[in-house]
Amino acid sequence: MTAPVHMPAPQFSSTVPVERTHLGHALRSEWTKIRTVRSTIWTLGVMLVLILGINLLIVGLSSSDIVSDPVLGFGLFGVLLGQLCVMTLGVLVISSEYGTGMIRTTLTACPQRGRVLAAKAIVFFALTFTVTTVACALTALMNYATFGGKPVGEGSFLGPRLVVENGLTTASGTQWLGATVGVGLYVALLGLLSLAVGALLRHSAGAITTMMGVVLLPLIIAIFMQSDSLHKVQEKLIEYSSPNAIASLYQMPMLENGDADGVRQLVVLAIITAVALGAACATLSKRDV
Amino acid sequence: MIELQGLTKRYGDKTAVDDLTFTVRPGVVTGFLGPNGAGKSTTMRMMLDLDNPTSGSIRIDGKHYRELHEPLKHIGALLEAKAIHGGRTAYNHLLCLAQSNRIPARRVDEVLEIVGLAPVAKKRSKGFSLGMGQRLGIAAALLGDPEILMFDEPVNGLDPEGIHWIRNLMKGLAAQGRTIFVSSHLMSEMALTAEHLIVIGRGKLMADTTMADFIAENSRSYVRVRTPEPEKFKDALAAASIIAVIDDEGAFEIEGAESAKIGELAARNQLVLHELSPQQASLEQAFMQLTAESVEYHAGGPAAEAGEAAAPAPQWGAAWNTHTGKEA
Repeated sequence: MTAPVHMPAPQFSSTVPVERTHLGHALRSEWTKIRTVRSTIWTLGVMLVLILGINLLIVGLSSSDIVSDPVLGFGLFGVLLGQLCVMTLGVLVISSEYGTGMIRTTLTACPQRGRVLAAKAIVFFALTFTVTTVACALTALMNYATFGGKPVGEGSFLGPRLVVENGLTTASGTQWLGATVGVGLYVALLGLLSLAVGALLRHSAGAITTMMGVVLLPLIIAIFMQSDSLHKVQEKLIEYSSPNAIASLYQMPMLENGDADGVRQLVVLAIITAVALGAACATLSKRDV
Repeated sequence: MIELQGLTKRYGDKTAVDDLTFTVRPGVVTGFLGPNGAGKSTTMRMMLDLDNPTSGSIRIDGKHYRELHEPLKHIGALLEAKAIHGGRTAYNHLLCLAQSNRIPARRVDEVLEIVGLAPVAKKRSKGFSLGMGQRLGIAAALLGDPEILMFDEPVNGLDPEGIHWIRNLMKGLAAQGRTIFVSSHLMSEMALTAEHLIVIGRGKLMADTTMADFIAENSRSYVRVRTPEPEKFKDALAAASIIAVIDDEGAFEIEGAESAKIGELAARNQLVLHELSPQQASLEQAFMQLTAESVEYHAGGPAAEAGEAAAPAPQWGAAWNTHTGKEA
């Protein structure tokens, strides 16, 4: 066994200059991360197939002569399923880092944990908002081409929110906005909430299950609230449930007397998401990883 | 330069790291030695601000880790093999790290070349062997060309070729004047690479000394003698004023005398010897004795007995500890 020779160490100087990093660098890093894993391609790909495919099916199967619901309304059914993919991706963006141990590498490279979470949230939100809005815009155009411009006869049954102009079916500006940007915003916010839940629970399956509960439970609970004394609670549960929120953005709310445009539900979801992200940021900063 | 001051980490009522104070000096390979569960990894995670200390502080070049602007350019760390998203390619894994610290993308190709992963740069790391995962972790550590490098058990689970490669890499990095802090539970590994030694057991600092001092202190050489006439031999030794210790098996252990001299002494006294052999205590033994009391989980059976056999060790270790304390 030989002892290492003790020699005077040369002064080491790194070849790369050191500067202050900022959110921009974290954003570039997170963008590289999200575009280089298969789960992104798969979840968003499946979402596109669901949103566009289901709409195509509806357009193909329905007889376009009888229109009673809002012209753009059929986009709803694809989105109801498609949103699940966005929620899954939102959870995976952060929980996969915990699952693989990557989070330790990430936080060693960027010890400002709030910045890491912010960069993840921004990149994820921008990506899913864009993809969802584009998909919804395509279905809206598809539906307008199929169900818009149809003559409405004297005797035909008209839904309360079907817009008719000069005897022809059409869509209002609010309906266009709700069915594209509105739905894109709502689904992307749901995804962001999933990301926050993923950061809080640090476990993929647990976080995805939790989000399924958030989306489905209010409606399921409401079904069992049949007594009169609970009628008000039941209505609120239905009104703010995620499926009804999206339906409202399409101006097809489940409750006929409810507010139709879905803006209130959008605001409520934004508040819940902001609170969850704040909690995620606070726990991430404190916890051992 | 990494300075630890009174670093303590408790999980509930279990103390993982207990009031550690030491300094990792620049331009030297410092070995961080301790048995499994001694708190080495916890200490290293706290150095990187991944775990929060219960009390105490760590300064890297005078700053807290969180205050470093581009940490990868100060300190590179290999914590565990495969702290990596397996679905990402080696190149993309390094690219996203480089981008977060403003490191140019060509540096990614450079480090892949250094660790020999260039041919598999576009492969998903999921399929990598342990050795390849280790190399990818080292590539990430080298990315920012940092002055300080930290490796947690880098040779664990590697084949001889991989161990050889890591040893040479560390020597090369140290020769460039970098600070290297490397943990291990193998004394023999440290003896080959480290110049300075920090030993912990059950989270407590047990030794902070140079490797040269540790070897001088612990590579005890002696001559072992067995004879059917121990009483006569004892008298002969006493006559020659040579001090001997008798071990459990009744053999003589004689320090500070050559075997030739002992053999001649026996011949002059017409004594029969059954054994006359020069012995060297290994550093591994010295380390085991030093940490014997602090090993958290003893194995049952023969190993446990060995632990009992080493029972007087703490005294011995303590004596050695105070001794080096004087020297330091």
